[in-house]
Amino acid sequence: MDAIVLQILNGLDKGGAYALIALGLTLIFGTLGVVNFAHGALFMLGAFCAVAFNHVISLEKVVVDPTKTTAWGTPLEIRVPYLESWLGDTGATMLNYSVPLSILLAIPVMLLVGYIMERGLIRHFYKRPHAEQILVTFGLAIVLQEIVKTYFGANPIPQAAPDVVRGAMDLGVVLGFDPGTVVYPQWRIVYLFFSLSVIGAVFAFLQFTTFGMVVRAGMADRETVGFLGINIERRFTLVFAIAAVVAGLAGVMYTPILPPDYHMGMDFLVLSFVVVVVGGMGSLPGAVSAGFLLGILQSFASMNEVKTILPGIDQIIIYLVAVIILLVRPRGLMGRKGVMET
Amino acid sequence: MTTNISPRSDLLMFVLFAAAILTMPLWLAPIGAGYPDLLQKFAIFGLFALGFNLLFGLTGYLSFGHAAFLGIGSYAAVWSFKLLGMNPLPALLFSVVFSSLFAVAIGYVSLRRSGIYFSILTLAFAQMSYNLAYSVLTPITNGETGLRVLQSDPRLFDGASASSGPLISNLFGIEMTGYSGFYFCAVLLIIGFYISQRIFRSPFGMMLRAVKSNQNRMSYTGLNTRPYTLAAFVISGTFAGVAGSLLAVTDPLAGAERMQWTASGEVVLMTILGGAGTLLGPILGAGLIKYFENIFSAYNEQTLHAIFSFLPDFMEGPVVSVASLFVGEGWHLTLGLLFMVIVIFLPGGIMEGFNRISKMFRGKPSRRKGAGRSHAPASANAAE
Repeated sequence: MDAIVLQILNGLDKGGAYALIALGLTLIFGTLGVVNFAHGALFMLGAFCAVAFNHVISLEKVVVDPTKTTAWGTPLEIRVPYLESWLGDTGATMLNYSVPLSILLAIPVMLLVGYIMERGLIRHFYKRPHAEQILVTFGLAIVLQEIVKTYFGANPIPQAAPDVVRGAMDLGVVLGFDPGTVVYPQWRIVYLFFSLSVIGAVFAFLQFTTFGMVVRAGMADRETVGFLGINIERRFTLVFAIAAVVAGLAGVMYTPILPPDYHMGMDFLVLSFVVVVVGGMGSLPGAVSAGFLLGILQSFASMNEVKTILPGIDQIIIYLVAVIILLVRPRGLMGRKGVMET
Repeated sequence: MTTNISPRSDLLMFVLFAAAILTMPLWLAPIGAGYPDLLQKFAIFGLFALGFNLLFGLTGYLSFGHAAFLGIGSYAAVWSFKLLGMNPLPALLFSVVFSSLFAVAIGYVSLRRSGIYFSILTLAFAQMSYNLAYSVLTPITNGETGLRVLQSDPRLFDGASASSGPLISNLFGIEMTGYSGFYFCAVLLIIGFYISQRIFRSPFGMMLRAVKSNQNRMSYTGLNTRPYTLAAFVISGTFAGVAGSLLAVTDPLAGAERMQWTASGEVVLMTILGGAGTLLGPILGAGLIKYFENIFSAYNEQTLHAIFSFLPDFMEGPVVSVASLFVGEGWHLTLGLLFMVIVIFLPGGIMEGFNRISKMFRGKPSRRKGAGRSHAPASANAAE
């Protein structure tokens, strides 16, 4: 029982990332009808917002202390981050919380990136065939990741979670199992709640605001909304930007779990597409639930007990599920009938 | 489009093509591409793109997992070397058999869907093969290290004779390296071109084009299109398998990274760049990409300084630093930009560009949104 709970928990944080990326993907597909292969790159850009933010706030002032010497006989250099020397303890706390704080940077940056992408490129591809949309966004993804590679290098750059949530937590005690059976890193719990709240925010936005209503109407029947005199294109620009922000936030908070490198987006992209397909193209609840479902399935498949029966199943389980879903129920778990069923 | 091409001009085209390929070492030498390693790549990836084009160019089905067949072909060829000896002919046979078997299986499942679903299905299968090759199938694929031919392998037919020395594939005594390796690949490319030309001109090819322009209408007329698309998929996968085995013939090594989806993306780019649905386009695209990859990744800052030394000093620095983003390590950036530019401005590829230019010279009014894009609305409808 405790092993099962542990696997479910393990699947949830990855599932959270899948769900967030897939949410953006399906939002874009449902409203704009565009297949965005650059969405993984947006996730990666978000992660590198965290890296850049950390770089900036930890810029250091080097003070040479002539009275003391190091073991090599050179004067001791004291490195103090500017932030700490200016703000004292507040600065140190900010450094500690650099990952969550970089959300503040990521939101405007991703909004801007999303806006530019939609206005500059995607807009011209609404009427083009899906194949061309896939190709142009695939090219864009390569460009984005190569730019990031030029500035940040090819190696993964680890980011630390804040001290408070850096350790692991014995969840087993909380849930009533023996101590030491369900030990779980605290940051992953944070990530899970973070992804749930972002998902909640997106849904609330779409459900309770007039803007969201128009967007939902546009997803259902774009033409009619246009006939009613609503400039749907302008709203869709914002939808694209929101999807970019969601992917970016998923990336920012994922950095302590997986040190970001320039091609992390591609790995997540393929999986997120599979998630979208399993959930149903253009279905938001489908994308979210399929994200968590596949995350959990993947972590179950990587249990040793399962791997001894079916070797290698952990590597292919997600793709296998996608193949089966596409063949048996092409509209996905929660897809609307008749949407993209061929 | 096909009606005004006579068998005679077809034959002429084929002869010219064969002559051009076989004399590549001569006419490519002035631009620095006349050495065997690169020429082999031209021929191999030309064949790969040619095969991909038979599927994508004719039927419009965008496979994002074609590199899987390339990898399967490579593995099959290396296994043939290991078991039967270094002769490339059984290796080719092995690759053809295995890649076509896989293509039948994957195609049978994937072709039940079209449009973006087809792309994702093929991508899923390719990723599955890639992941499995890296993990569980290590006894067959040798995982991350890659599969190599060892001295201790049985090599039934030449195991005893060639007990020492480097293990190079040889065709009855001709070693498949350098120019002889290139000519072996070139001959296969020419055969592939002939097959592809015959398919383009055949009723079968016409049927495939009809699938691309409107599959629904084909179905409504009571025709089952799936056998045709499956045949195209299998032929195309076999081409990729042969290309993979040629990679192994010229360098007896097979690694899983050949199956990665970026490799699938590359062949898509080659085909698009040259012109999907045209006979020569994909080969042209493959050649161009391999050529520029070779040239651009060799550049570094010194060579750039040498190139831009004619500029005044204050300009040279910035120009070099901007240009260095796009060469050497940054070659992929150029590739990505090229990809975007081609898809945005010239969806018909270079061949469409040629057509536009030649129309301009003939003085006919050039239709700006010409042949390459006229299919767009139709296939958009088909994808819905």
